[in-house]
Amino acid sequence: MTTLTDPPKEQFRLSMLLYDTRYRSATIQVIALIGFMLLAAWIISNTIQNLEALGKPVEFGFFGEPASYDINQRLLEYDSRDSHLRAAFIGLLNTLVVAVLGCITATIVGVMVGVLRLSNNWLIARIMTVYVEMFRNVPVLLWIVLAMAILIEGLPAPNAFRGENPTASMDLFNSVAVTNRGVYIPEFLFSRSLGDIHIFGTSSLRFDISLDLIAFLIVLGGSIFTMRKVSAWAAAKQESTGDRPKIWHIQLGILFVPMIILMTALGLYLGYPELKGFNFKGGTHMRNSLIALWMALSLYTAAFIAEIVRAGILAISKGQTEAAAALGLRQGRIMRLVILPQALRVIIPPMISNYLNLTKNSSLAIAVGYMDITGTLGGITMNQTGRELECVLLLMLVYLAISLSISAVMNWYNNRVKLVER
Amino acid sequence: MSDVSFVRTEMLPEQAPPASEVGLIGWVRHNLFSGWFNTVLTLVSLYAIYYVLSGILPWIFQSVWNANSLKECREIMLETWGSTHGHACWAVINDRWLQLLFGFYPSHLYWRPIVSLVLLLAALAPVLYSERVPRKMLILTAAYPFLMPFLMWGGTIWGPISAALGFVIGWGVYSVLSKQLSELIGMISAAVAAVIWWLVLSSYFTGAMDSVLPIGIEAVQSRQFGGFMLAILLGVVAIGVSLPIGVVLALGRQSDLLVVKYLCVGFIEFIRGVPLITLLFVASLLLNLFLPPNTNFDIILRVMIMMTLFSAAYMAEVIRGGLAALPRGQYEGADSLGLNYWQAQRLIIMPQALKISIPGIVSTFIGIFKDTTLVSIIGLFDVIGLASAIRADTAWNGIYWELFAFIAALFFVVCFSMSRYSMYLERKLQTGHH
Repeated sequence: MTTLTDPPKEQFRLSMLLYDTRYRSATIQVIALIGFMLLAAWIISNTIQNLEALGKPVEFGFFGEPASYDINQRLLEYDSRDSHLRAAFIGLLNTLVVAVLGCITATIVGVMVGVLRLSNNWLIARIMTVYVEMFRNVPVLLWIVLAMAILIEGLPAPNAFRGENPTASMDLFNSVAVTNRGVYIPEFLFSRSLGDIHIFGTSSLRFDISLDLIAFLIVLGGSIFTMRKVSAWAAAKQESTGDRPKIWHIQLGILFVPMIILMTALGLYLGYPELKGFNFKGGTHMRNSLIALWMALSLYTAAFIAEIVRAGILAISKGQTEAAAALGLRQGRIMRLVILPQALRVIIPPMISNYLNLTKNSSLAIAVGYMDITGTLGGITMNQTGRELECVLLLMLVYLAISLSISAVMNWYNNRVKLVER
Repeated sequence: MSDVSFVRTEMLPEQAPPASEVGLIGWVRHNLFSGWFNTVLTLVSLYAIYYVLSGILPWIFQSVWNANSLKECREIMLETWGSTHGHACWAVINDRWLQLLFGFYPSHLYWRPIVSLVLLLAALAPVLYSERVPRKMLILTAAYPFLMPFLMWGGTIWGPISAALGFVIGWGVYSVLSKQLSELIGMISAAVAAVIWWLVLSSYFTGAMDSVLPIGIEAVQSRQFGGFMLAILLGVVAIGVSLPIGVVLALGRQSDLLVVKYLCVGFIEFIRGVPLITLLFVASLLLNLFLPPNTNFDIILRVMIMMTLFSAAYMAEVIRGGLAALPRGQYEGADSLGLNYWQAQRLIIMPQALKISIPGIVSTFIGIFKDTTLVSIIGLFDVIGLASAIRADTAWNGIYWELFAFIAALFFVVCFSMSRYSMYLERKLQTGHH
């Protein structure tokens, strides 16, 4: 028999920090951390010295001071006596408005173009290719500036609508006025309105929420919930008996009847824009800057989305369509039940990054004077108060927060539709 | 009666296909008028094409090329066609195209940006068309980063040489110390030595050599840079410098070392989460605050730094994609050969991963190149900034479309050809069977 002796107890030597792979990684990490902290300390101390030399300590008190500039396109009430914080908040809402509008339009246009690029109509496919290449290969800033120039130079001035024989007329049954000062569209008004609730009193973040809107959303939510219940009931019936009951008219009724009742109860009417004096009054006024930014961003992003959609559809092999057809599914069902769920999996991740790009590109609003967060916090507020450090860093944090939330939401959705493998 | 059933003994001659199924008519029927919906689509798009072309073609071709101001242009239009509407005034391009291309670069030195561009293409050739161009050309690729600044900015030749010397010193320190002591010590001290050379010693070296042997060409200030040249310069510098940084960041993000990994992730996600315009604000307003008092980079250099950091984050993600696309067996194969981390990266992983990433790198380049127009917002005179400047001139006040069309055409030509190249590469690199 042989006896095993314990291996000699290894002594820790300093050189093992360099040569032993077990300890070397720790050495590298400590060096990296020290290096990073030295760099950060160097930058911070430089900044402190420089700011001291300029006599501008870091503080955020300027946010409470009156902004004394006007924001012409806004969702909430604001006037120039409001604080810089209020201005930044209005700007943030403007950023979100253009980002949401842009994402919706870009998705609609992009999906249409992407599908049409695969059309067997040769001419349509070529036209869509030209559209995609044209928009993808020219900077978005140029498109924004160009859209603004087209709106200002190409549309009639309000006074073209005046007089005995005006050279311009309002569109869509005299309800929409397209002028070079912006587009006026009818607004929803309620004769028996429920009023607003005021959140946060008189602080800078005060926020009015229309109770009419809340009532609308509640009714809409209730209708959609009932519709889903009905279609679940229909599916259960189909499972047990084999017959699928006809439910589309029930669904339409559930969607529209409560809505119509609510609208009548609130006394809905449309407020039309009217030419008064030198300009239009009434209705909702969308400024050129908003429209130019919205159009340019959505058409630019749509070109990228079209390519993603096309790639997504092409990625599904033809066998899937044929197998579905062999099962006896109709054309529409093949698309809805077989192709789209698989294509979505390919489409969604790049779509997320395009939504992020659109949101970040909305900061180019500053080129056409749309007052988004870059135009307020990073523009006039910064120039007026001279607080570059605070404003730019806050601006970056705001965008970072928006980006991270969009990607969190979209990743959650992506995980839901993702194929669960093993 | 014999019951003979009829059996054909010879084949019928082949019939020509119906005229409606082949040739031009067949093609048109299949591709344009294959159903009522397609027919409507075709007719609508034909009308749309006619509408657009009938507006644009006369505008482009019935135009004025020689005039000194917009007013003169309009007078000529009125004389020739009777209206000023629907005719382009290309005279503004004819008058200002050199400025749109080169900005305020001294006109007797225009050869320098042109030579830089030609050298750039020559330096890229061995990388982009690796199978057709001799490998010796890679020497030019290595020298280009030092040659280009010398040509563009001019001044003494000792500046670029001393910058290159920094790399030589770093490499020398590394090869001596890594043999004698340890690889880790070698790498760290090489980096430290190179940084000390660049920050402290190289200015003395340049000064001394310049007084001994003053070789140089006329210096050009960065504020004279502008126009389309600026876009190309910013794009090339940002991509070129960000490539090595991106490789390091991508490796860091993949690394097992937690601290290194989270530093890299933090940097990449931060940069990718904010718009470029905020980084340009940092360049124009904050970067001088972050540096020691009395250092003063000019604005073009600061913009270059921020654009490089910006593209490094995107580059890191592209290269990470390339690394992820490599099969696991490549890493394991490298391990089983007994290669250490850096040897494996250098000899096995990176050559393959970078090759896979080239299409992504080209797309990143196209994106960065288009984004260089943003510098006009912080007041640099790139093409869009120059277009506003030209419009501010009384002679050309009120001219929009011609300038926009010219700028769009410039960008379109460059970006479109690059995207075609990247598609060609994707097809070439596709080794799987489909």
